[in-house]
Amino acid sequence: MTSADTLRFAARAALGYPLRTSLMVLAMAIGVAAVVVLTALGDGARRYVVGEFASLGANLIIVLPGRNETGGVNAGSFVTSTPRDLTVSDATALLRAPLVSRIAPLSVGNSEISVGGKLRDVMVLGTNADYIDIRQYHMAQGQFLPREELGRASAVAVIGDKIRRELFGATAAVGRMIRVGDNRLRIIGVLAPAGQGLGMSTDELVIVPVATAQAMFNTNTLFRIMVEARHRDALAPAQKQLEDILRARREGELDVTLITQDAVLGTFDRILGALTLGVAGIAAISLAVAGILVMNVMLVAVTQRTGEIGLLKALGATGRDIRLAFLSEAALLSIAGALVGYGLGHLGAWGIRLAYPVLPAWPPNWAVAAGLGTALGTGLLFGVLPARRASRLDPVQALAKR
Amino acid sequence: MAQIELSGIERTFTLGDSEVHALDKVSLRIEAGEYVAVMGPSGSGKSTLLNLLGLLDRPDAGHYLLEGRDVTTLSADEQATVRRARIGFVFQSFHLVPRLTAAENVALPLMLAGVPAHERTPRVARALKDFGLQARADHRPEELSGGQRQRVAIARATIMQPAVLLADEPTGNLDRHTGEEVTALLEALNADGTTLIVVTHDPAMGGRARRRLMMEDGALRQDLRAGAATSPTAAPT
Ligand SMILES: Nc1ncnc2c1ncn2[C@@H]1O[C@H](COP(=O)(O)OP(=O)(O)OP(=O)(O)O)[C@@H](O)[C@H]1O
Ligand SMILES: [Mg+2]
Repeated sequence: MTSADTLRFAARAALGYPLRTSLMVLAMAIGVAAVVVLTALGDGARRYVVGEFASLGANLIIVLPGRNETGGVNAGSFVTSTPRDLTVSDATALLRAPLVSRIAPLSVGNSEISVGGKLRDVMVLGTNADYIDIRQYHMAQGQFLPREELGRASAVAVIGDKIRRELFGATAAVGRMIRVGDNRLRIIGVLAPAGQGLGMSTDELVIVPVATAQAMFNTNTLFRIMVEARHRDALAPAQKQLEDILRARREGELDVTLITQDAVLGTFDRILGALTLGVAGIAAISLAVAGILVMNVMLVAVTQRTGEIGLLKALGATGRDIRLAFLSEAALLSIAGALVGYGLGHLGAWGIRLAYPVLPAWPPNWAVAAGLGTALGTGLLFGVLPARRASRLDPVQALAKR
Repeated sequence: MAQIELSGIERTFTLGDSEVHALDKVSLRIEAGEYVAVMGPSGSGKSTLLNLLGLLDRPDAGHYLLEGRDVTTLSADEQATVRRARIGFVFQSFHLVPRLTAAENVALPLMLAGVPAHERTPRVARALKDFGLQARADHRPEELSGGQRQRVAIARATIMQPAVLLADEPTGNLDRHTGEEVTALLEALNADGTTLIVVTHDPAMGGRARRRLMMEDGALRQDLRAGAATSPTAAPT
């Protein structure tokens, strides 16, 4: 029997029992679709997170007040109840670290922006000239904050693209005066449209000098300090230098937290690795269930077609012919199931992308390959036993059965 | 050299603790082109003998020479090859594959023998035409009458041009008239040189054979060869 004939014969046999075949294909399809959708979800989440943090820049260290995340308990924890604030002078001091190339202090608050009778709530970010390079933003018009002493509260502002659109429409924004809270500021630049960025979009931001922001919100503390190391390899020693400087400025107590992108990504990697493992587990279970179903269905098929097997033997089929025919049938069912499941899975992933546009929910290639491969593998594996049983049937007894 | 030569064939079935001697020291020679009817009461071992001749079953003792070759010692797959090339089967219950069309059923032995599809088509078409089935080529067995089904089965049994045609009560499920048609078909094949061995309960059909083997309790009781005109029921053409 040629392999083309074996395949054709198996396909005819599968199509000869449409209900059985479609149930079988459905079971396999659900397994594969589960793999595709779940890995699309998992990988989408991973890509989203990685993308977000990658946009932070690889050699960034973020300093935030309070020792809460990675620290644990030290002697200082018992002495001071509230951690000391981060200040602009802390930020200036950090520049003394040899491995630090630049810093940006961050002060954040909510306020109202008004121009020509139009009023809107905005988030105001106080920082310095280096912020744009650290975050790798781009200007659409004008320029970013001037390079000046951190203590100077110049009355200038850079606005996001959405603010510009809403407040100025088609008219020029650069050079115009706006009121933010009680301050009158001159717009010196507009940021290029950015899209999403770690929760807040720069499109809806008003950026002012850090001293201006602190005066506006009547505070002298900082929300965060962003520090850029000279290069990626210098990240760990730079972090050490920063810690030394800050500790010296706080009577030996390090009540700040330093975060690097690597640390954050490492944490998410672990979380998402566990997620992927869970997905693999679910996939394995559903595919194993489908595999057992294949076996069951094929065993029923052998019983159902005992007479046919006897006949084929009487017509001169060898055990191998019979075995291959039944194995091909199991394989075809699995392939059909896998393909349908692949389609369904992609449909599901598409649905997820439609519902959550920020999530790049594309199934990773390895998962698709593994899903299809496992489906085919289990189909064949669980098809072996029924196929062998069929090939070993005694032809006389098989023929006697109707 | 006889085409079929059985010597001391035994076949015993064990049912619980009782033994059934389905075939008991059967020895037999059949020449190429013979027309043999196997007759006898139910349970006398006729089907068992036919299955053995068709290499579907193995004897517990004795030797079976098919065309001078001892086929009892062959492996199952070697037997399958011999069966495919030299032996055709016709069954009482037709044994057509229900999901395949008449043409596809007839093509089965060619397919199993690895004959490519483009060579099968004309051969199957010719066979269907020979048996008056050309209009039924694309019908499934359930859409055919009993006689048509058995004709499809005979077309299938002969498509490989076997040397021996084995038929186990081929007319058992057919009415008298259709049965006679089928018998005539088989006899025509025999007239073309194929050895024909038929198991039958019908004395009329048995009487048409040139040689009758009468079985009882697994043994050959009588081996009757019809003289030219000894059979009064013969050939009412
Ligand atoms: N697989 C089997 N297991 C046990 N006994 C069997 C088996 N096959 C046949 N026999 C026994 O062997 C004997 C011969 O059976 P066989 O089928 O050859 O009879 P038969 O002459 O064809 O009868 P019938 O005319 O009813 O078809 C019977 O007694 C039967 O019960
Ligand atoms: Mg019988």
